[in-house]
Amino acid sequence: MAKVAQRSEPAETEREELISGSEAIAVACKLADVDVITAYPIRPYDTVMQYVARLVANGELDCEYIVAESEHSQFEIVKHASAAGARVFCGSSGVGWMYAFEALTVTPALRIPLVAMVGNRALDDPGAFGVEHNDALAVRDLGWLLVWVDTAQEALDTALIAWRVAEDRRVFLPCAIGCDGAFLTHSQSIVRVPPSSWVRQFLPPYNRGDLLLHPDNPITVAPQVNEDWLMELRKHNDEAMTRARQVLREAYTDFERIFGRTYGNPFFEEYQTEDAEVVLVGMGTLSMPVKVAVRQMRQQGLQVGFVRLRWFRPFPTQELAATLSRFRAVGVIDRDYSFGSPHSSGVLANEIRAALYSAPARPPLVAFICGLGGREVTVPNVREMTELVRRAAAGEPVESTYWIGIRQ
Amino acid sequence: MAEAIATTPLPTLEPFKGVKKVPLGEYFTSGHRTCQGCESALVMRLMVKAAGPRTIVLGSTGCMYVANTTYYSTSWVVPWMHTQLGSSGSAGLGTAAALRALMRKGKLPTEPINVIAFCGDGGGADMGLSAISAALTHTEYNFLILLYDNESYANTDIQLSGLTPYGAHTTFSPPGTAKRILHQRWKKNVAGMLAAGHPSCRYVATVCASYAVEMMNRVRKALSIGGPTFIHSLDPCPKGWDYDPMLSHELGELAVECGIWPLYEVEDHKLKLYGRTKGIAQGRSKRRPVRDYLVRQGRFAHFTDDDIDYFQAKVDEMWERWIIPGVIPFASEITNGRSPD
Repeated sequence: MAKVAQRSEPAETEREELISGSEAIAVACKLADVDVITAYPIRPYDTVMQYVARLVANGELDCEYIVAESEHSQFEIVKHASAAGARVFCGSSGVGWMYAFEALTVTPALRIPLVAMVGNRALDDPGAFGVEHNDALAVRDLGWLLVWVDTAQEALDTALIAWRVAEDRRVFLPCAIGCDGAFLTHSQSIVRVPPSSWVRQFLPPYNRGDLLLHPDNPITVAPQVNEDWLMELRKHNDEAMTRARQVLREAYTDFERIFGRTYGNPFFEEYQTEDAEVVLVGMGTLSMPVKVAVRQMRQQGLQVGFVRLRWFRPFPTQELAATLSRFRAVGVIDRDYSFGSPHSSGVLANEIRAALYSAPARPPLVAFICGLGGREVTVPNVREMTELVRRAAAGEPVESTYWIGIRQ
Repeated sequence: MAEAIATTPLPTLEPFKGVKKVPLGEYFTSGHRTCQGCESALVMRLMVKAAGPRTIVLGSTGCMYVANTTYYSTSWVVPWMHTQLGSSGSAGLGTAAALRALMRKGKLPTEPINVIAFCGDGGGADMGLSAISAALTHTEYNFLILLYDNESYANTDIQLSGLTPYGAHTTFSPPGTAKRILHQRWKKNVAGMLAAGHPSCRYVATVCASYAVEMMNRVRKALSIGGPTFIHSLDPCPKGWDYDPMLSHELGELAVECGIWPLYEVEDHKLKLYGRTKGIAQGRSKRRPVRDYLVRQGRFAHFTDDDIDYFQAKVDEMWERWIIPGVIPFASEITNGRSPD
């Protein structure tokens, strides 16, 4: 890693640790010197707070650690702490995230750079603990930055990037990090943990500036504006979301310079796409079975690739449209579902269809609903989906949406 | 890094000794749109006057949000932030936690900063109750939650709340031909519940702005005692209660004199009746009949003599059969005739 020489304190190095995705984010809280953290239990997100609690108990993380009495309170506590100048962290899963929904709604509107972890989980009823993306996707229209990670390493790195982008004065929006329940939150892998001195170079202190709620700065936050100003304020939030694209790119460039780890295109990862004829698109830990299946199919001579989307908000419309236009057909795998939506498909498929509308070339798109509620996405599932995309590429008639791996 | 502190420093707020000693400075001033005779606006003004300029106020949704923070004409001189209807507890807690973290870590200068979160009866006694209850258990943070109780959801058209008195006419409980009394529930005893249920909370009080200096001194004590504290204020509301706005103060006094609104404070678990309530409890003055209070308000205009008698009987019970008159419920029969130690 040639970049190492640029670090101001080369004596310090990363440590390798065997930790889970949740633990990786707890470690990021420590590295980022978070000031106020609130916890409330729900599986699978609560594992992050178990690690946070241990760090606090052992004196490794100096923060106000508050166990709240509900998700709603949890998110309101950190919202107000952030307004008073504290770096904050919080999170939830499934219906717990929905219980906080009122607080989630006002957080971007108040320009609060809260970083939250969503341990993605199916929404009740009936109860299911496994991964489904509908919980986090529910905030897609509210002004949250929204990212999905794939590995514990990416979880740690993305959390640091999330604070950097969210707390940038040009953005000041909350960021939710989607971590697939169980598959990522509970699975351990080797993670390179950077020293805090590197993190300090990357992540400046949170400065709320003239928006700080303090007696020296006697502002009134969220007065009633009604029809006089609401449209302008919504537009401001949208401009912040637009600026986040550039701030994100800068953050990833700096991240590579300081930590020596590169993520290439910040918005999505391309896997074996160079000469691919068809690709599958998905988010999160879906990549594991899909990548295995792609490697197997490649050995059989099938030119198939995979695009894993990281940043869902802001949505990388131009970049994704340019990339996906290269292929003869696209299959989108949703770990979520949007009832009554166009083509009866998932949220991601709808977004990608919309992104492709103005693309120079519009490949046929096949939507797949797969792996809901934590059901395993198997290699045969991926082969089945690939076959349907290949048929679409060959011009054969296919349906717009398929439920894969479902009992008939 | 700043010197480690156990909690944020507390202000020294001596009680005002008489109305002439109250400073003239105002931190809740012109610009609000409250109704004529609005006691809640007075409560806001006295509350922040008692606290002084080094104060952050958090306001949950309610008429004191809608009427006081119109963009371009906010009436708050101190920093003020809106919080959700059920979140006064969370707002106070989060703000106090941020101050504690930032001061401890040397990211903010260490100094006493008052944190006051207020809520109406709807936000405080209905959906926000669990958050207030939780907040009162976090003893390491200094903040005050003030419940301004005008006994209805007054900003949305006067709907009944968990603190609306028995039988009151609201838009959710109009007197009708089949049911003259649609709202049959008795008002919750919020301050008593919070005082009894949160043994680590050092200060809970009831106040009435008709007794302004006493009210301000309760706010000063709550802010300077340390930890989370709670004050419940009864606020006559000309619009919701349907009376001539000039009678606001008088109705507050009547609520106390009729024994409907006992004034008390629980300081370090020691309960103390004060003001007119103390005089009633000690037999120095008599409770006035509740009729005097009820007949002045349009919201009870549909009451018959029987209804007034029922109301009187409930208030009598509160004074004659409760363990602590007007404060701690349950008939003395439950304790087998023993008075509490």
